[in-house]
Amino acid sequence: MNYKMMGRFIGYILLVEAVFMVPAMLISLFLQERESCRGFMLSVCATLVIALALLGISRKSKKNFRAREGLVCVGISWIVMSILGALPFYLSREIPSYLDALFETVSGFTTTGASILPEVESLSKGMLYWRSFTHWLGGMGVLVFVLAISSAGAKNTGFTMHILRAESPGPKVGKLVPKMKQTAEILYLMYILLTILNIVFLLIGRMPLFDAVCTALGTAGTGGFGIKNDSMAGYSPYIQNVCTVFMLLFGVNFSCYYMLLIRQVKSVFQDEELRLYLGVVAGSILLICINLRGFYATVEETVRHVAFQVASIVTTTGYATTDFDLWPGFSKAILLGLMVIGASAGSTGGGFKCARVLLILKSLRRNVRKILSPQKVQVVRVNGRMMEENVLENTNAYLSAYVIILFFSFILVSIDKFSVTTNFTAVLSCFNNIGPGLEAVGPVCNYGGFSGFSKLVLILDMLAGRLEIFPILILFTKSTWFRH
Amino acid sequence: MKIIIAGNGKVGVMLTRQLSAEGYDLTLIDANHKVLEVSEEKYDVMSVQGNCASMEVLDQAGVREANLLIAVTNADEVNLLCCMTAHGMNPDIHTIARIRNPEYTEQIYKMRELFALSMMVNPERRAAMEIERLIKYPGFLKRDTFAKGRVEIVELRVDAEHKLCNVALNDLPNVVKCKILVCAVLRNGKAIAPDGNFVLREGDRLFVTASTNTLTQLLKQLGIITHKAKRVIICGGGRLSYYLAQLLLKNGISVQIIEQDYERCRNLANLLPGASIVNGDASREFLLDDEGISDCDALVTLTGVDELNMIISLYGSSCGVPQVITKLGRLENNTMLDSLDLGSIISPKELCCNTIVRFVRAMKNQTGAALAVHLIADGQVEAMEFLVDEGTKYCGRPLKELKIKKNVLIVCISNGVRLQIPNGDSSFEKGDTVIIVSTAGKAIYQLNDIFEN
Repeated sequence: MNYKMMGRFIGYILLVEAVFMVPAMLISLFLQERESCRGFMLSVCATLVIALALLGISRKSKKNFRAREGLVCVGISWIVMSILGALPFYLSREIPSYLDALFETVSGFTTTGASILPEVESLSKGMLYWRSFTHWLGGMGVLVFVLAISSAGAKNTGFTMHILRAESPGPKVGKLVPKMKQTAEILYLMYILLTILNIVFLLIGRMPLFDAVCTALGTAGTGGFGIKNDSMAGYSPYIQNVCTVFMLLFGVNFSCYYMLLIRQVKSVFQDEELRLYLGVVAGSILLICINLRGFYATVEETVRHVAFQVASIVTTTGYATTDFDLWPGFSKAILLGLMVIGASAGSTGGGFKCARVLLILKSLRRNVRKILSPQKVQVVRVNGRMMEENVLENTNAYLSAYVIILFFSFILVSIDKFSVTTNFTAVLSCFNNIGPGLEAVGPVCNYGGFSGFSKLVLILDMLAGRLEIFPILILFTKSTWFRH
Repeated sequence: MKIIIAGNGKVGVMLTRQLSAEGYDLTLIDANHKVLEVSEEKYDVMSVQGNCASMEVLDQAGVREANLLIAVTNADEVNLLCCMTAHGMNPDIHTIARIRNPEYTEQIYKMRELFALSMMVNPERRAAMEIERLIKYPGFLKRDTFAKGRVEIVELRVDAEHKLCNVALNDLPNVVKCKILVCAVLRNGKAIAPDGNFVLREGDRLFVTASTNTLTQLLKQLGIITHKAKRVIICGGGRLSYYLAQLLLKNGISVQIIEQDYERCRNLANLLPGASIVNGDASREFLLDDEGISDCDALVTLTGVDELNMIISLYGSSCGVPQVITKLGRLENNTMLDSLDLGSIISPKELCCNTIVRFVRAMKNQTGAALAVHLIADGQVEAMEFLVDEGTKYCGRPLKELKIKKNVLIVCISNGVRLQIPNGDSSFEKGDTVIIVSTAGKAIYQLNDIFEN
C-alpha cells in the first residue's frame, strides 16, 4: 500500500473541504451568528491543520497507485471528510452530541437527508447552509471534484479511473472524453449549470434567496435536508412543482446531458435506462393517484403531491410536501419499491439504480429462457450492445451484498424498541440515501430516537449506500491491509 | 490533439504509454475488451471495443473530431482499410498505418499516395536497416543519426581493459584525439549528465556525439579493431531476417539463415538466392558450431522468442563472435539485461513507436518542432534535433551567456558543411541545426523550451 500517496490525496480533499466551509462561515459572520461563526472558524482551522500536516508528511510520495489504493482512498476520505465536516455542528454546540453531529454530516455528504433534529428552524443560517452544501458536494462526489481541479488526473496514470468508478454510481462507469480531468470538469460544469438553473426557477416563484439556494443545493445532490420543519409543504404549488421537475432531472444519468450537449439527441431517447426510469416514475404516479382517489380535495392537488413524493423517493432526495405515512397501504408499498429501485446510474441519486434493475431483469429473463433451451447461447444486450459477462456477474454480486447488508443492518437496528416497519424502512431509507421512511421515521418525524449503536449502524449504511458498498466493505477486509 | 490508436497490441500499448504521458487525448480501439480494460486502468485514455475498420466503431471513437489515426493492428489489410474508412469519414484526419508484409514493400509509396495516408511504418524493415548500420560499424552498441546522417550519437560500453576506463572526461580529448562529446552516461541503470570531473568506470555505457566522419577515427583510437564484416549468421527466418538478409547481400556480405520451419526455409531460399538457408533448430549448439559460429563476423538472433534470442546471443558471445545483435520483441526492462553479454539490443516495436511519436510531435507543433527525436540510454534521455528559425531566441549569442535549463545540453550545431561540437564561445544562427540532449524527461517541444525563463 502506498500510504504516502493516499495521505496526499486525502490531504487534498480536506483542503477542499476547508475551503468550502468558508462560505458557510461568512454567512454566519454576516448574520452575526456568533456561536456558529466560532464553530466554523475552529473547524476550518482544524481541517486546514490536518490537511497541511498530511500534505507535509506525504510530500515525497511515490506516484504508483493501484486499484486497491484507489478504493481504500475513496472509503477513507469519505469517513475522514465526514468526521471533520461534523465539527461545526458540534463546536458551535448547536448539536450537542458528537455522534448526532456525525450522523447529520454523513447524512449530508451521502445525500441521504435523514436528520436527528426534531426541528431545524432553530439552527443558525450558517449551519443550515453547510447542511445543504454537504448534499451538493456529496452528490457529484468530492473526489471527482478534486480530479477536476487538481493535476492528479493529468498525470500518466489511470488510477483515477478507480476513483471515478468508486465514487460514481452505476454498474458500468466510463469517461465522457479521453482525459479524466476533462471528464470531471464537464460533469461538474453540467452540475453547476443545472443547480443555477434550479435557483433561478425557484427565485421566479418568489422564494427567498437563502431558501432557494439551500433548496437547490439539496435538490441537486438529491439530498433532502429541508430548512423548514415541514420540509417543502409550506411553499407555493409552483415551487413544489419546480422541485419535482428538478429532482427528476438530477436523477437522470449525467452522460445523457452530455449526449444532448454534443447533439446526439437520438441516442438519449433510445437509452433503455432512461426509458425505464421515466416509465417507473410515470407508472408509480398513475397507480398512486388511482389509489388516492378522494384523499385530497382536488385532482390537481393529488397529482401535485403524488408527483412530488414519487420524484422525491425515486431520486432518493427525501423532501416531502405531505405526510405520506398517512397514505393507504398500496401507495406506501409502491413508495417502498421506489426506494429500492432508486435513480439512474451516473446521476447524483442513490438506491439500487435503474441500470442494475435493468441488468438483473434481463439476465433473469435469459436464465429462464436457458431452462427452456439449454443449448442456446444467449447474450444480454443493453442499448443494442452486448454486456460483458463480468458486468452481469458484478451486478449479481452487488445484489447479494445489498441484500445481506440490508438484512444484518435491519437485525442490528431492531435491538431498539421500535416497530418492524420503522426499523426496516429506517435501514432501507438510509442505505438507499433517501431520508424519510415510514411510521417513527416518517416524513414528519426524525431519527433522534434511535440509540447510539443504531445511529452508528445507520451511518455505515449511508456510507456503504452512497459509495456502492464495495469501497466501504474492503475497509473491513483483512487482505486489504495485509499482504498474504 | 485528439488521437485514435487502433490495435492495442505491443506497439499500441507502447504508443499509448508514450503519447498519454505527453498529454494527448487518446482513444483506443481493439476487438478484445480485456486488453482495453488493462490499458484504461493504467493510462488516462478512453476505449472503444470493436472492429476498427467499421464505421460505427470509428464513429464511437470520435473519428470526426480526431486529428490523427494510428492503425497498428496485426493485419496490414485491416490497418489500411481502417485508415481509408477514417479518411472517408473525416477528410482532414491524418492517418498512419503499420504495413509489414514484404510483398507490399515495393509499392509502399504508391499505396501511400493512393490511399492518402500520412505515413506508413514497417517495424521489421526499420529494424533491419538499424541492424545493417550496426554491422557496418561494429564497436557501437547503438547508433542514432541526426542532421541528415552527418552527426551521430553512438553508444559505447566501457569494459575493464577499455582505454577509457578510469579516465576523467576532462582528459578525454587526449585519449581519443578527436572531437567528441559525452552527452550522457548510463551507470547502474541510471542516466547521468556528466561534467568534466566525471570519471568513467567499468560497466558504464557512454553516449557520445560525434560527426559521422570521425567515427572511424574514434574506433581506431579506442583500439577497437574495425574490419568489414564478411559473414553473418542470422537465427530465425521471419520477416525481419528477410529484410536484413536482403540489405546485407546487397552490400556483398554473405548470409546464413537458420530457420526451423522447412516450408519457410524453402520460401526464403526462393526469395533470397544469394543466402544460404539452413533448416534446423538454432538453439542447438552443435548446429551453430557446424555453421561456423566461432569464426563468423556477426551473429544476429531474430527468432520470435525473446528468451531464445538471449540464450543464443550469450552462446555466441562465449564463442567469441565479435559482434552480437539481439532482437527483443516483448521485453523492455533493459536495466536487468545490462549485466548479460547480449551485445546490441534491437527492439522493433520501440523503433516503430519512436518513428510515430516523432511524427505526432511534428504535427502538434508545425513550427519549431523537433526534426528528430531519439530516445537513448534506455529511454531515460532524449536527443532531439531542431532547426533554428526566426522565432528562436538568442541567435548569435555565445552559449556561455545563455541560461540553459538544467539537464539540457547542446551537443552539436551544424550548418551545411560546417559542423561543430560546441563550447562556451559557440553560437547558433538562423538556419542552423541544433542537437540537444535532455535528461529532464519532459517538456521540451521546441528549441525555445531549453532556455531558463
